[in-house]
This record gives sequence, C-alpha cells and structure tokens, in this order.
Amino acid sequence: MEHIIEAKDIVFEYYNYDENGEQKEAITALNHTSVSIKQGEFLVILGHNGSGKSTFAKQLNGILTPKSGTLFVKGIDATDPQNIWEIRKEVGMVFQNPDNQIVATVVEEDVAFGPENIGIPPKEIRKRVDEALETVNMLDYKRVSPNQLSGGQKQRIAIAGVIAMKPECIVFDESTAMLDPIGRRQVMATMKKLNKEYGITIVHITHYMEEAILADRIVVMEKGEVLLEGTPKNVFKEVETLKRIGLDVPAATYLMYLLNKEGFQFKSDVLTAEEVAQELWQ
Amino acid sequence: MAIKIEHLTHTYNPNTPFEKTALEDINIEIKDGEFVSIIGHTGSGKSTLIQMFNGLLKPTMGQVYIKGQDIHGENVDRKAVRQQVGLVFQYPEYQLFEMTVWEDVAFGPKNLGLNEEEIRERVAYALQAVGLGEEYYQKSPFELSGGQKRRVAIAGVLAMKPSILILDEPTAGLDPKGRDDLFNKLKEMHKGLGLTIVLISHSMEDVARYAQRMIVLYKGKVKYQGTPKEVFAHGDELEKIGLARPQIAYILETLKEKGMDIATDILTVEEAALQIKAYLLKRRDNNA
Repeated sequence: MEHIIEAKDIVFEYYNYDENGEQKEAITALNHTSVSIKQGEFLVILGHNGSGKSTFAKQLNGILTPKSGTLFVKGIDATDPQNIWEIRKEVGMVFQNPDNQIVATVVEEDVAFGPENIGIPPKEIRKRVDEALETVNMLDYKRVSPNQLSGGQKQRIAIAGVIAMKPECIVFDESTAMLDPIGRRQVMATMKKLNKEYGITIVHITHYMEEAILADRIVVMEKGEVLLEGTPKNVFKEVETLKRIGLDVPAATYLMYLLNKEGFQFKSDVLTAEEVAQELWQ
Repeated sequence: MAIKIEHLTHTYNPNTPFEKTALEDINIEIKDGEFVSIIGHTGSGKSTLIQMFNGLLKPTMGQVYIKGQDIHGENVDRKAVRQQVGLVFQYPEYQLFEMTVWEDVAFGPKNLGLNEEEIRERVAYALQAVGLGEEYYQKSPFELSGGQKRRVAIAGVLAMKPSILILDEPTAGLDPKGRDDLFNKLKEMHKGLGLTIVLISHSMEDVARYAQRMIVLYKGKVKYQGTPKEVFAHGDELEKIGLARPQIAYILETLKEKGMDIATDILTVEEAALQIKAYLLKRRDNNA
C-alpha cells in the first residue's frame, strides 16, 4: 500500500514570550517524530495531554508547519507554505467542539461552505452536499438549524462539511471528547464507514481506549516521540507501560491483566467481551 | 440538605415561536456531603438544571432551596447563597486570564475584599486541593497542559470556599491519568473538606466508580434516581435514552450469556476480576 502521509524526523517547538515580546523559552512538542500512514489505513493516536499528538495532527493539513524534518502528504511537500491549499484538499480535519465548527444557520448551507469556497460549480455543490449528508445519515436534517441538533449530530454535520471537500484523509482531533455515549457511537460508526466503504484514510486522536480497538494500527506518543506502535492487540497488552505514561487500556484487556496478576495464565492481548469469554472457556 | 428542588419547570423563550421546555416538574434532593452525578443525553436538561443550583437561571415554576433557603424568595441575600455554590462550567480553562496561576486563583478572593493574608491562605489551599505545587505558582496558566489548566480553573472556584461544588463535564478532553487525578482530587475534597459534589458526566465508567448516587435526566424529566448499581441495572432502557453502561457490565453480561454463573451488577473491572477469580477457582475445584 502507498503511503498517504510520510513524516520523517519532524521537530516542532512552541515558544513562550515575556512581556517585552522576547522569546523566553522553547518547548519541544515534537522531537524527531516519524510516522508514515498508509492510504486507506485507520490509525489511532494515543498519548496524554501535552504528548504532542494534537501538534502532530495539525502538521498534517498545514495548520502548523515543522521546524525541521520532512513531511509529504500524497507526495506533496507539506513543509512548504505555498502548498498549503493543495494539502488541505487532501487532508480534512474535524475538531473537538462541534459548536466551534459550524458557521451557517442551516445544515445544508454549513456543509456547502467548504466547496463554495474552493469554487466548485453550484450543481456539483448540490450533489456533494446531498451525498455527504447521506453518508453521515443526516440527510433528513438538511433544512434544520444546527442549534437544534445534539452534539453527535452536530459533529456529523462537521464531518459532512469535510467529506464535501472530498479529502483522501480525515483527521479527527478528539472529535468524540464532548459527546454523550450515543453521540460517540454515531461518530465512530461514521468513521468506520468512511474508512471501509469509501477508503478514506482516518487518523483518530482519542482518550477513549475502547475506540482505539477499531484501529488498524495505534501510535502511542510520549514527550513528542513515538513510544509504541502496532496493532491494538500488540499495543494494549503493554498494560504497565501504558499506565505508566498516564494512559489506560480497554476494560477487557485490564480484566485479563488483573486475572493474570492473580496467578492465571490467560492471553494478555484480549480486547473484547467475546475474546474474554473465549479465553475463560479454554 | 444541600440542595432541594421542588416541582421545577423551566421554559426557554416562553410565548415565542422558539418556546422550549427544558425541564419539567423536577424534584430532587441532594444531601449535605453527598457525591451525586447527573447523567443524560445531550439536550436532556443537565446544564439548565445546574444553572438553577446557584440561581443563574430563575425557573419558570417551582422552588430551589440551597441549605434550606429559597434562593428566589424575598429578603434572601442572593450573593451569600451563591457563594455557597461553586459552579465549574464546561471547559473552565477558557476563563483563565491572569498572567500567573497564583493571580488567576486569587482573583475571586480579592473581589471578596479579603485581606492579603486571607487571600494567600485561600489560594494556597485551593491550589493544594487540586494538586498544583509551588513550582506552578508563577507560571502563566497558558503554558500548562489541558489537565493542569482545568485544575487551575477549578482552584479559582475552590478559593471562594463553596460548600457545594458543581462541575459540568470536568474531565472532557482529559487523558486517562488527568481524569483519574482530577477524580481522586475531587474524592479527597469530598471526604477531607466535606464538600457536597454534583457532577455532570458522559463517562459511565467514572460515574460508576465515584458517585454515591445518580440522577438520570431524559428529555427534561428525572428518569431514574438511585445508587450506580440501581441505575445501571436499567441496562436496555439506558441505551434507549442515549446512555450506556460501563464497559465491564457488557463483558459480564456476555460471560453470563455463555453460561457463567456470575453477578452482572458489578461496575468496576477490579470487582469483576475478583468475582471471576472466585468463579474460576470454584470451577477448577469442581473439575478436580
């Protein structure tokens, strides 16, 4: 599979300034981070607050650009500010707070906002908006005002707005953090559908370990570096490492971990209720 | 009784085309020193309800009593009542504004007109309660991580020394450790300082672990009240109203369906592990 994103040795620093505008200190958010993402992959990035995962995600569509290192998105050099619009067509982004991402007073106008701005002809916009709303299961709400929607519904409108731009990759920066359980489930189902049916590459940043189970691959970040990387099974069996850096594991994995500490010898890479049942019946 | 709400109904924009009843005939009692959690889907009325707790909203109908006082009654010192109730909104870190952590937390006490000594004592107390040591005092709140910023904001509320602390989704967006740390701090404050805590959360895991009692809102009405065990026993109904049970409950249910004779009203992984261990040892003995 071809790589849609190739990040090598990325360094990014935030600067603090004193009252006189003089640079006080530099905080290294990304410390020679290298992550490659395959076309069509479902990648989850985990890490505690301040580990650099959001900073990394923001490099992917040019909100931030690295200080050094190389970053290619679909072969385009993302470190060159001139390519920013090219990059943003390929990589869309959905943020945490649905209320901050909605600009229009009617759902379908909100979804049309992006395509309008890149000069898509009206007929094509109509088509894209309807398709995008259908994809996120919100077509029935196209003439509704966004403020009448639930959090999960608003977030799906935000996703539709991104899909209407036809990106090849969508980055979800903690897009489920503010939602109730049902809203979270709806957004996860939408992500899965975009990935499986439409082949869109998904990069999902989350603090919910249960959501990370769905990933093809997990990248765990710590202090701006990649600490662990692998399938959910391989990553989550590292219970102690994950707990040490302030993360968690799915309930099923933790249950097996606790039982093994009590002297049992079950497999440690268990992720779901079904797998727990299978292990206990051995 | 810390909070008592009687027959409260609240309608936004009454007599307009945008009229919307957010709460309908709510009756709630929260005792002194209780740790209560309110859950409900988006739009169920949770945020409207907590704004009633310190009189930010005046209900269309019904009464709100804080420590026995009707806060909308005549001759009530509303300011004094409000000082009893500390309200921490969603994403409280957006409300930080001072140059240093210390100054930010000191803002409230200063406005109360306290003297230097009292201010210093309160700020130190509040920052200690949220677990931020002296090394943070002179930092800009904007240099801190998300979890730390949030703790600064909570300290700002604690410095007002409320006896009732209300938090709207305090752990949204925090990593698991930040979440656990904050909850452990809340638990300490609850026990050590005798605070009454009311918590809105979408995390069923956290509610199951920390709350003594739960109130479930659905479409502006109280659907269930009870201990986490009692409330989470309504498994399928909770799903229907946009909620869920803790993950471990689903695992135990799967095990039970496959014929394992275990209780399914367990809400933490630790408890579940003990149960399963006991079961497995029994099975081993029976087979031997």
